[in-house]
Amino acid sequence: MDSNVPSDALRVEAHADTMVRMRKINKIFGENHVLRDLDLDVAPAEKVVIIGPSGSGKTTILRVIMTLERPNSGSVEIDGRHLYHEPKGGGLVDAREAHVREVRTDISMVFQHFNLFPHMTALDNITLAPVKVLGLTSEEANDRGTELLRMVGLADKSGHYPAELSGGQKQRVAIARSLAMRPKVMLFDEVTSALDPELVGEVLAVLKDIASQGTTTMMLVTHEMGFAREAADRVLMFDRGQVLEEGTPEQLLREPEHERTRSFLKAVLQH
Amino acid sequence: MASRSWGRDAVLTWDQFSRIAFDGGVITVSVFVMAAVLGTVLSLLFGIMGLSESRLFRGISRIYVEVARGASAIVLVFFAAFAAPRFIGFRTSDVSVTLFGIDVGWVFIAGAVALGINMGGYGAEVVRGGIKSIPRGQTEASISLSLTNGQRLRYVILPQAVMTMLPPYGNLNIEVMKGTALVSLIGVADMTFFARDLFNRRNFLENGPSLVVIWGTALVLYFIVSQAIAAFYRWQERRFGGRWFGGRL
Amino acid sequence: MTFTLAQEVWRWEVVWEFLPEIAWGMAFTVLATVIGITVAMVLGLVLALLRRSQIKAIRWPTISIIEFIRSTPLLVQLLFLFPLVLPGSRVPTAAFVTLVVGLALHYGAYTSESYRAGIESVDRGQWEASIALNLAPATKWTRVILPQAIPTVIPALGNYLVAMVKDAPLGIAIGAFGILTVASGLGSQTFRFTEAYGVMGLLFLAVSLPLALFARYLEKRYGFERT
Repeated sequence: MDSNVPSDALRVEAHADTMVRMRKINKIFGENHVLRDLDLDVAPAEKVVIIGPSGSGKTTILRVIMTLERPNSGSVEIDGRHLYHEPKGGGLVDAREAHVREVRTDISMVFQHFNLFPHMTALDNITLAPVKVLGLTSEEANDRGTELLRMVGLADKSGHYPAELSGGQKQRVAIARSLAMRPKVMLFDEVTSALDPELVGEVLAVLKDIASQGTTTMMLVTHEMGFAREAADRVLMFDRGQVLEEGTPEQLLREPEHERTRSFLKAVLQH
Repeated sequence: MASRSWGRDAVLTWDQFSRIAFDGGVITVSVFVMAAVLGTVLSLLFGIMGLSESRLFRGISRIYVEVARGASAIVLVFFAAFAAPRFIGFRTSDVSVTLFGIDVGWVFIAGAVALGINMGGYGAEVVRGGIKSIPRGQTEASISLSLTNGQRLRYVILPQAVMTMLPPYGNLNIEVMKGTALVSLIGVADMTFFARDLFNRRNFLENGPSLVVIWGTALVLYFIVSQAIAAFYRWQERRFGGRWFGGRL
Repeated sequence: MTFTLAQEVWRWEVVWEFLPEIAWGMAFTVLATVIGITVAMVLGLVLALLRRSQIKAIRWPTISIIEFIRSTPLLVQLLFLFPLVLPGSRVPTAAFVTLVVGLALHYGAYTSESYRAGIESVDRGQWEASIALNLAPATKWTRVILPQAIPTVIPALGNYLVAMVKDAPLGIAIGAFGILTVASGLGSQTFRFTEAYGVMGLLFLAVSLPLALFARYLEKRYGFERT
């Protein structure tokens, strides 16, 4: 992994003081009130790790930001712009699809199961969206893609199909694919949970690279406490749809206040 | 000198054979191609419509699928040939249709269109099923990359769906090809038409061919075309499935 | 090109006049289908069993016949069969009988493939258990294998029933009495093609759509995953 490469790809600009601002977010699935009146602020270039038991809503939070789930109520602002609402006549109304799509271009997500396009090579996976959405020429997109593949250590795999790659390699391609869109906010949903243990390290190394070199705001749901300790600015403990506790990695992981956090950490760290 | 259906000459003359196989064959294949093209367009249109978020579009798709399938091919063919012109308001004698220099008439268009519409009903379900079978993650990844719905369909979903759709679609093609025989009943000069014509005339021929020979030939010709289509689709499945799946299928 | 007025194209008096006759024709089409599917169901099972024969002289011809029937149009098969079935006969029912025979053979070939799939889907272990228990072949088939194979075939049979209804009007090609024969006849006599074929189409949908619903119901009821 080439850590000394100037990472233009990782420099994004922020306009507002808060990159992600969520207010009173509620999400209900049938009988299940998964997110309850949630408030959350993430600063530009901040690296936030979210931990918590399953069902606590931590994945849902990411999905709401990525618009894969629509909140029942509440608002989300990305870099000062409302995602689900738009200004009209002095107030706010529900946004049209076109508006949501527009604000959404600043957000990208990496998934637990990679979701690479199996019918395209690694390079094509990475260049599809830059060409079709950002309007890059194929040469520009290929250059960007090749550089990103080099950054994640897969320069020689550009012509390979996902079926020919290992899990760790697939996930690194998926990360490069999201990075190619130069998002302001990158969301990582348990990106190492589906990997064999020996492949986890290579993906974490890439994540640490991005964290240390770039100004991309990162939100990660993960069980990898080691990573949290090394790379996170803040750790949030989720429970039953709300932020139970938060703090720097040292504070939260070493001396959690709540019993629930303590018992959760104990269970996870025994893994 | 009335003769029974058995016995008689064992072979067709070259003229007789070529009339059925080539003069008729050209028409059979032409009807098939026209119907298949129309059917594919309708399948894609109504198949994708059937997955729309709009209830209206889903409803329209559903109605089309049920009616296009429920009214059998032959009902559609007869309706298109004899009733439709009057609904639309023209006389079939006013319309002249020539194909490769042969005057085939309105019935040719009617037959091909009817078969195409019928095929679309079945094909739409194949398309819908194929697209639905693509994992949600592909849609989510597309959203994450800010692709529009159209881009997602075109670059991510459909290319993958095609793989699933090829086998049932190939079978559907074969059914349509067999269905082209129906147009002989409305007066289109396809293979079945010529075979029947020969059969009806055979009593007036010296050394006319037997029933078995005439229809046997026709059946074999259709069989060959069926197998050719089947082989084509098997080839396409191999082509598509090769490298994506790491070389195995 | 002159466009005719709507009144000219569709006259309700004509519709009511045609309806009884066309409905009567439909009854015969349905009758042919009912008899046809019944025979096809039995024939399909027979063919499926023959196809499994260990004797090559039985198996190969069976496979060839099945494949051949499935690869060629029903219409051509009917035209072929008609002069064959009751040659020289001018009795109207001869055409009807030929239609039924043709439908039964054609769909027998299709259903035999469904039976084959159903039989093959029965777990290996059932065959082995039958051997271990020393069951006679007849017992093995009627008490163990078929009771497990048949449920999977029922949805397919439902679909073939629907398909057969749609193919039954082909009887017109050999002069069998049915809905299309009637409609076509009425149309040619009166030149009121729109009403004749329009009524035929609507009546046909009125029968085939409920049948399709029935077939879908069968799919839900019997199309369970084999554990």
